[in-house]
Amino acid sequence: MNKKRGQQSIIFSSPPVITSTANIVGPMEGEGQLTEFYDKILEDTLDGNSSWEKCESKMMEWAINTAVNKDNSVLGDIDYVLAGDLLNQLMSTHFALRGIGRPFLGLYGACSTLAEGMLLASTLIDGSFGNKTIAAASSHHDAAERQYRFPTEQGVQRPMVAQWTVTGSGAVVISATGNGPRITAATVGKIVDIGLKDPNAMGPAMAPAAADTLWHHFEDCGRRPDYYDMIYTGDLGSVGKALVIELFKAKGVDLSANYEDCGCMIFKDNQDVHAGASGCASSAIVFTGYIYRLLMQQKLHRILFVGTGSLHSTTSYQQKDSIPCIAHAVAIEM
Amino acid sequence: MFDKKISQAEQEQFQKKYEQLKPKTPILKNVLWAFVVGGLICMLGQFLINYYISLGFSKKEASGPTSVTLIFLSAFFTGLGIYDELGRRAGAGSIVPITGFANSIVAPAMEFKREGYVFGIGAKMFVIAGPVLVYGISTAILIGFIYWLRL
Repeated sequence: MNKKRGQQSIIFSSPPVITSTANIVGPMEGEGQLTEFYDKILEDTLDGNSSWEKCESKMMEWAINTAVNKDNSVLGDIDYVLAGDLLNQLMSTHFALRGIGRPFLGLYGACSTLAEGMLLASTLIDGSFGNKTIAAASSHHDAAERQYRFPTEQGVQRPMVAQWTVTGSGAVVISATGNGPRITAATVGKIVDIGLKDPNAMGPAMAPAAADTLWHHFEDCGRRPDYYDMIYTGDLGSVGKALVIELFKAKGVDLSANYEDCGCMIFKDNQDVHAGASGCASSAIVFTGYIYRLLMQQKLHRILFVGTGSLHSTTSYQQKDSIPCIAHAVAIEM
Repeated sequence: MFDKKISQAEQEQFQKKYEQLKPKTPILKNVLWAFVVGGLICMLGQFLINYYISLGFSKKEASGPTSVTLIFLSAFFTGLGIYDELGRRAGAGSIVPITGFANSIVAPAMEFKREGYVFGIGAKMFVIAGPVLVYGISTAILIGFIYWLRL
């Protein structure tokens, strides 16, 4: 039976179960709005490692191992690991996976990586190619900053539209059977490039991609926004979120009632991050912490989780190119 | 929603919406910060010049040790992780004086130490200051040439 629906979506016939999640965050995230939803908060951004990149690797390894422990499984039970991060050549992920010893597929979806991983993990499970998979993603503020922007000690003034890359990692165990919320549907995003060129304004650049994926999800699955208790995008920040609402308003659909962006949920206003959080870990730590717990407590029953990624490189913006973006959606029901 | 190739009109429409929703830069606050911090750095420079003159340097000679002291202080506070906090608020106020130039050399030097002394510090130290030097020196040569022609 073909599970494809419409142009871009999939309805799973035996919806895979999210049996456990784990996350780890840096000190600044730990002081933010969602402190109680994190499994571990680091005291500093190196955590005893000799570099930020190594710290990010360790965070991902810790998140994967902790998610497996919480699932009462062992690493040997995991059939596939699907993971990625923001650094060149997926540096953090590849080094983190050295100690895991399980079949691995590396993903680069920028900040949409966790949603992309969950989507692919679900297809592997629903297609009976395995019983247990892990999707994971990580980012590290300082490591990302020095790759994409300025050295961290450089005295620069960030524009108000800029977002703050989250230090953290999240891992999700997706199983064929078990207790927990189920991934019932997914929508694969396509690249949307609205022509914005400012690498400081990634949330606004990603907004059309997020709106496009949401639009197709509703169309393909024959659903309306109010089918879901909440719709969460990954890291559009306050400006990107407002733009998504505007894009839907232009089509005559009101999204503002049950829509939030993970990037607006992590930091407090007084943390001076400007337009919100970004990075793979933005959606990863909010989903694995806050959203998953609310689903387990049955405070949320149906959610749509949309990972959003800005797929530019340091070379592309120096060559004055615009920013291609993507968004992937997974529907999760308890 | 965006199924066909995005048209110029769609791009412009979105750009317009974005400009509307974009948070405004707090210009007054930024300018005040830049004015006060930039002014204080210059005032510190003046104190230093006066101090070196009192030690017996001529006014012209005193500018050398003054610059050296300011550069040292900037490098020192960059190392302590304080200068970037200042720059975050003061913007051009702490970038334009010589202390900002020192910060832009020390910051990458610190950051890329992990990649070693040659490919890290050596190669990356001038990653931000380099362009300033290239165009600064080129302009100086050009102006010098014009000056020479006039004589």
